[in-house]
Order: sequence, then structure tokens, then C-alpha cells
Amino acid sequence: MTETADLAAAIWADAAAAALVLALDPAGLGGVVLRARVGPARDAWFALLRAALPPGAPVRRVPAGIADARLLGGLDLAATLRAGRPVAERGLLAEADGGIVVVPMSERLPAATAARLAQVLDTGEVLSARARIGAVALDESVDDEELPPTSLLDRLAIHLDLSGVPPRTATAEAPGQEWLADARLRLGAVTVDDEVTEAVCIAADGLGVGSLRAPLFALRVARAAAALAGRDIVAEEDVSLAVRLVLAPRATRLPPSAEAEQDPEPPPPDDRPADEETAQTPEETKALADMLLEAARAALPKGLLERLQSAARARGAARAVGRAGEQRTGDARGRPIGTRSGDPRDGGRLNLVETLRAAAPWQPLRRAASEHDSPSPQPPPTRGGGDWPSFPPPLVGGAGGGVLHGSLVTPVGMTRLHIRKSDFRLTRHIQRRETTTIFGIDASGSAALNRLAEAKGAVELLLADCYVRRDRVAVVSFRGNAADILLPPTRALARARRSLAGLPGGGGTPLALGIDALRALADSERRAQRTPTIVLLTDGRANVARDGSGGRPKAEAESLAAARRLQGFAALVVDTSPRPHPFARKIAETMGGRYLPLPYANAHSLSAAVRVTLAAT
Amino acid sequence: MRVLFPFSAIVGQDEMKLALLIAAVDPGIGGVLAFGDRGTGKSTTVRALAALLPPMDVVEGCRFACDPATPGDFCDECRARAGIGVRHGVPVPVVDLPLGATEDRVVGALDLERALARGEKAFEPGLLARANRGFLYIDEVNLLEDHLVDLLLDVAASGENVVEREGLSVRHPARFVLVGSGNPEEGELRPQLLDRFGLSVEVRTPGDIPTRIEVVKRRDAFERDRAGFAATWQPVEAALRERILAARARLPGVAVPDAMLEKTAALCIKLGTDGLRAELTLIRAARAFAAYEGLPSVDLASLRTIAPSALRHRLRRDPLDEAGSSARVARALDGVLA
Repeated sequence: MTETADLAAAIWADAAAAALVLALDPAGLGGVVLRARVGPARDAWFALLRAALPPGAPVRRVPAGIADARLLGGLDLAATLRAGRPVAERGLLAEADGGIVVVPMSERLPAATAARLAQVLDTGEVLSARARIGAVALDESVDDEELPPTSLLDRLAIHLDLSGVPPRTATAEAPGQEWLADARLRLGAVTVDDEVTEAVCIAADGLGVGSLRAPLFALRVARAAAALAGRDIVAEEDVSLAVRLVLAPRATRLPPSAEAEQDPEPPPPDDRPADEETAQTPEETKALADMLLEAARAALPKGLLERLQSAARARGAARAVGRAGEQRTGDARGRPIGTRSGDPRDGGRLNLVETLRAAAPWQPLRRAASEHDSPSPQPPPTRGGGDWPSFPPPLVGGAGGGVLHGSLVTPVGMTRLHIRKSDFRLTRHIQRRETTTIFGIDASGSAALNRLAEAKGAVELLLADCYVRRDRVAVVSFRGNAADILLPPTRALARARRSLAGLPGGGGTPLALGIDALRALADSERRAQRTPTIVLLTDGRANVARDGSGGRPKAEAESLAAARRLQGFAALVVDTSPRPHPFARKIAETMGGRYLPLPYANAHSLSAAVRVTLAAT
Repeated sequence: MRVLFPFSAIVGQDEMKLALLIAAVDPGIGGVLAFGDRGTGKSTTVRALAALLPPMDVVEGCRFACDPATPGDFCDECRARAGIGVRHGVPVPVVDLPLGATEDRVVGALDLERALARGEKAFEPGLLARANRGFLYIDEVNLLEDHLVDLLLDVAASGENVVEREGLSVRHPARFVLVGSGNPEEGELRPQLLDRFGLSVEVRTPGDIPTRIEVVKRRDAFERDRAGFAATWQPVEAALRERILAARARLPGVAVPDAMLEKTAALCIKLGTDGLRAELTLIRAARAFAAYEGLPSVDLASLRTIAPSALRHRLRRDPLDEAGSSARVARALDGVLA
């Protein structure tokens, strides 16, 4: 018990240090990824961060689904209309200059918003306004289901996980402002020895951290830590804190143990003159690097190591792709299909003709109203510069786009048009929905005996088709007493192939579990505005029930029940048994899909048949 | 203006740097594609170009940065101008195109500000106009929507942006070098789009520790004193700038011997590239390379250097083939240019 408590206390101590470090140098560090659910620990961390920021430094929250105009700034339409002259609106990121932006639910952040944020973090400006900010991306995901976009993860120096910290541990005293101001002054002058730089690079390499941003961030964190401790030169403890905060969470492999380290490094393949003095690592650098690796090893989250090689890396990449498609449902792309009312600042395209048409019927009323209470302190509105913008009024009854040809400048003596925000009409667009082909592969012993290899071959050929059409593919396999998502929906076909090639066969046939997994995936694709198509390759010999118990009758009954819930999805069942199996046909009928028996077919004919069926679906 | 990391101070990434320099010497090469891991300095390298490239002359007051030296390529506004004033020393634009940019922002649209406030119908130039005569950089081009990539490649190839929407009918010059980057692990570019890029380079994280240390040291030195660091590298940058200018001047005079044309054809046949775009790009890039190297004519070494970048993305490939295209190009090179 105490061990856990000690661990939590250590995590919290590092997190508290991270808050101070971030407050000292927000723009230099990019920010923090904070993995924590809503709770006292998170609140305590934020309170500490706020207390450590310079007085008056802005902290802004980026609401989910924020419009670009609000994020980056742009034309304030409502104010522009009221004033009759362009009124610019400062974006949220520019407002936060010198402070922090908080991104809640960053694991759901659309790729486009992440890309904009990344650009601002890189350049420190937005639309030529200064925006030197640090970001705190809150990761509220459960398990590893979703991750914040990788473009953002890479640009935020510190990765924290507070999920194991109990509320009573999470306490910290507010830091003294004088001390912080002193540290801020000192920060610019803190130096780093060359061997520290080298040791950080070696440690990053030992942990398999590929991105070169990471060691740079580690050095900045170390510098800020030294400044906080009142040092002018970075000390060992500063670097080891930096390694724990920056490098350890990014680790993709175990640091090599100290004994294995003795092997002489192979000489670098090409010798550049600049590298000469660093080519042979001095003994003390090596010792420091070892120390840092030890520090990193201690900071690696429990259970992380087992997942490192397989899950975390592959799936992280896949998820980044999965979310990239969401923005396609926006209003700004595709074929126009009419208009709707709305605010063009949210990214839609203003349809001027329709907007004017919507405003036309109200003109007499509005004219009367504006004459009634014309704003007194301003000079009387002159032509084109009044309180409402001016348009010539010939639009009612005009047919289509031809109306707008010619100048819109108001001729002398023409009545002004009164346009309000509620008149705005945006063009709606439609775009072909993306499709995702979800393969369910029966990898049980019976199927393996029959034609798992051919099924794999056929799926590979189908993958090539999907590649050309830019479809997404996902692969679910089931055998023994489990169904696995072998490949989450992705377009990275090389990975699809790799995951197929490594697919083992053998064990019972948990058909019901397999179908359940297919349905879960199909549902989530549908939620993501994509059209799922299911291809199930099985020999129909269901013999494992959902609870893992054997027995054909129960397994078959459950499979049928599961299949019934797949109704409504485009589906295809490929019977891979040597002779057509009645139960496979029954499954296909139950899910309302097509049935394709393939006695003695080879991979090519199987693929051709599936292609024809899919095209007809 | 913000101080940028000097191009010459970038450690490694030789293939990408060379490809960008070749595009700077001959912008007609047709764009550069850089695929590789995160945090390898792709963005830094492209953005560094802005400070490196020799400044240009533009027509005073032109929104599209027309070149006073070529009245034939003027935009409509410049054609209508009575007298042409010249602004000297304008930096070459390197425009960032953010992922998720709308078509409006890219091609330009009706100027809402003027339409609403003054009731005028006017064209508000988009990113394509800003990028005229410079570079347009798209990070994560593989995640960009296909129709936008199509549009960009079209404009890049024709050198002109045609806008027909909302009662606007505008065309303006948009000659730029398209630079795309991305990580293939996160999704691939359609094969149809791949081969429309002139050069493609692979960017890797430097594997050896000394190189990595050097990268970190330089970047760290830069971040602590941007102006000082840039000043230290100023002579090297200036020399490189001179070299680009000299190469541009030399380019029209660089000869391509028939023997080299034959080698090129043999190489492309051996690799089975579709169409003639591969040959044309390879020759053009080799010529720019020869100019950059100060050679009087294209030689075998030029071809050998350029061929991987010019060809690796044009192979008709099995998308599931994991053996890299680079290896295939290298094999063909050994066979043909032996």
C-alpha cells in the first residue's frame, strides 16, 4: 500500500514541478499533455499553474468545436454590419499571448484544429499577431481508445498522467511571486554543459525516442528547472527531472541495461568534420547518460513496457488517421446543394444572393425602425458609410446567380438595404461519404485447416482495391475465445498487410464474439460519418459461446442473435469451408447480407467474386 | 520579421535540401514531396528557405507580386496600370497551408469585408495569390482532402489560378513550387497524385548519435540567441544564395548530351514508369543540378544523384510491397548507368 502511495507522491511531485516549469517558459515548451479525468487532482494542478503564471497572464479555454474565426481571428461580421466599416476580431490564440490555452478533450480534437494549433505553436504568431502561448491539452480518454492528435503530442514538451494520483496527495503551496520573478530573470542566463546535451541525446536514443523535438524540450525543461532552483548552470537533478517529464513518456523501447551498454558504439557511417569531437563519447557523459536512463526507467508507467512494441505505436498512428476524416462533413466542401441560415464565421460560405433575398422582405419594416431610433451621437449616416451597409435593392425575383453581375456600389440616391445577422445564408455542400470495408476473418483451427491462407490472399487483393479507391479498411479476427481488432480503420495499407501476415490460426470458432466486434466497429464508423461494409470470411463452424464455453448449439444460437443485430449494414458472408455450409448461409440470411460459397476457389477468384458482390451492394 | 533557422545550419537531410535547392534554381520542376517521420526538421527546412532565397523585384502595389521584368505574365490589374513602379528586395514568399484550410482561403473568394461594409464586389486573394513566385508548403499533405490536392497540383502545373464563383470571374498568376510533407504511416497519398510531384525525398530521423547531438546543439543555440545564431551563419547563407543566383544564370546554357537522354530513357523503361513525365522531370532536374554544381553539361553523376528523387514515387507499385521503391531505383541505376 505504502509503495503505491509513495509512487503517487512521486508522480505528483513531478507534476507540480512541471506546472512551475511550464509557467516559467510556456511558449518555449509548447505545453503539457495532461492525462487526467475531471477531479481534485486536476483542479489542484491547475490552481498551481495559475498561481505560478505571472500576474495577469491570460489563461484561455478552447471550447470543443471552436470556429476558425474565433480561434485565429478574422472579421467580426455582426460588428462590421453595425458599424458599417470592417471590424476585426482578435482570435482566442492571439488573446492568450504570453499565457496558456487549455484544450479540453484533446483526444477528440479535429485534425484541422490541431494542425492550426501546431502551426501557431511552431511560429508563435497567428495572422501576423503575436501569439506566444503554451497549451495544456487535457486527455480525458478512457484506456487507450483514443489519443490526442500526434501532431500536437509531438509539440507539447511535457506529458503527465495524473490518473493514479489520489486527491489527498495532490496538494501544493502557492509559490511566492518574488521567487518566480527571480527565476524568470535567471532563465535567459542558465547554461547547459555540452556533456549534458550529449547525455540527453544519448538517453533519448536509448529510449527509442525518434523525434528530435524531444531532446530539445528536455533541455529547455532542465533549464527552467535550474532557474527555479536558483542555479545558473543545469545540474544533474534538473536533467533527470526533464528526462522523467519529457523523454520517459515518449519511450518506445526499454533503455538498454547498464551492462549491455559496455559494447563499443559502432562508428558512425559517415564522418563529418563537425562531429569529430563528439564521436568518441567521454566517460563522464556516458555515466550521466546511464544515470538519465535509470531515471527514465523509474519513471516509465507500470504496464507500459509490455504494450510498447505492439499496441501503443501502431494504434497511435492509426488513430491519427481515423480522425482526419471527420472534417469532411463540414459545410465548406463538396457539391453545393442549397443554402441554410447560419454564421459564416463558423467556416461556411456566405451565399450573397440568398442573403440579400432573405433580407429583402424586411426592408420597409427595418427602414422604418432605423429611422425611428437612429443612433444619436454619430454624425448622420452618409452614403455607403451609414449604420447598415448599402446594397442596391433589385434582388427580389431575380433568378439565380445572374443577379449579382455588375457593380454593387450604391448609386446616388438609392435606398439602403438593411442586412442583419439573421439574414445570412450559407451554401450547403454535399460530399460522397467515405466507405470503410471491415473484414472479419475466422482464424479458428477449422478455418485454418480449410483455407485461411487463401482468405488472407483474397483480403490482400481487396486491400489493393481499397487503396486505389482511398477506402479505409479494418480487420477483425476471431479464434479461441476472443475477437481482436487486428487493424483499426486505416488507409495505411502496408500496415494492414503486416497485421494480416502475422495472423495466426488455430483454436475454436467464437463466431458470436466475432460478429459483435464487427458490429461495434461498424457502429463507430457510422458515427464518424463513414459508410461501413462488412465482409465476413468464415466456415460457419461456430463452437465457442460468448462466455468462452464450448458447445455448438449455444454458440450457433448466439451467433444468429448477433447476426440479427447486423441488419441494416451492407454485408457479405464468404463461406470458406470445403463444401458450402448451411449454417454460414443462415448467418448471411439473418444479417440480410449476401452469401458467397467458395468451394475450392483460389485467392484470385475469391477476390473477383467479392469485388463483384461489393459493387452490387 | 521573425528570425528563421538558417538553411545552411540544418544538419543532414541532404537529399531534401538538395531537392529544394534544385526547385529554387528551376521552379518549373514541379514540386517537392518529403515523406518521413515526425520531428525530423521537414518544416524547419522548408521555412528556412524564405530567409535563404534571393529577394525579388515586384510591381509596386500588386497583390499578386507580379515580376516587373516579365510584362507578358502580368495579372489583369498590372496590365491595366498606367505606370509600373518597382519594389526591390521583397522576400520570396514561403506560404504555409494549414491542414483543413477551406477552398475559399486557398483560391480566394468574394471579399466579405468590402461586400458587407461598402457594398462592393471585390476579390479577396487567397493563399495561392500569396504564394505566387514562391513556395507553398503543405504539412501532412497526405491528410489533405483529395480535391484540394487536385486543385493545388492543377494550379501549380498551369501557373494560373482561375476563380469562377459568386459572380466573380478572376484569373491571376500563381506560379509556385508546391512542397508537401507527411508521414506515410498515417495514410498514403493517392498514386495519381504522387507522380505529379516533380521530386520526392525520404526524410529519416538521423540514426547516429553524434548527428543527433549536433542537431540538438545547433537548435538549442539558435533558440537561445536567434539573431546571434543567424548572424554567425550569415556568410554561409550568402554564399549559398550567390550559388543559387549563379546556377539560375547558368541554367539555360547547360547542355544535355544525347547519350544522357538515352540513359534516361533506358532507366525509365527499365523501371516501367508510365508516360513521359518521369523522363522529362529527370532531365530537367539533372540540368538544374548540373547548373547548381557549375557543370557545363549533364553527366552520369548528375543523373545518378537526381534519379532516386525524380523516380522513386513514379514506379508502378504494389501498394502492399514493403520493399522500398528506393531500392528498386538503386538497382536499376546500377544496371543502366554502370
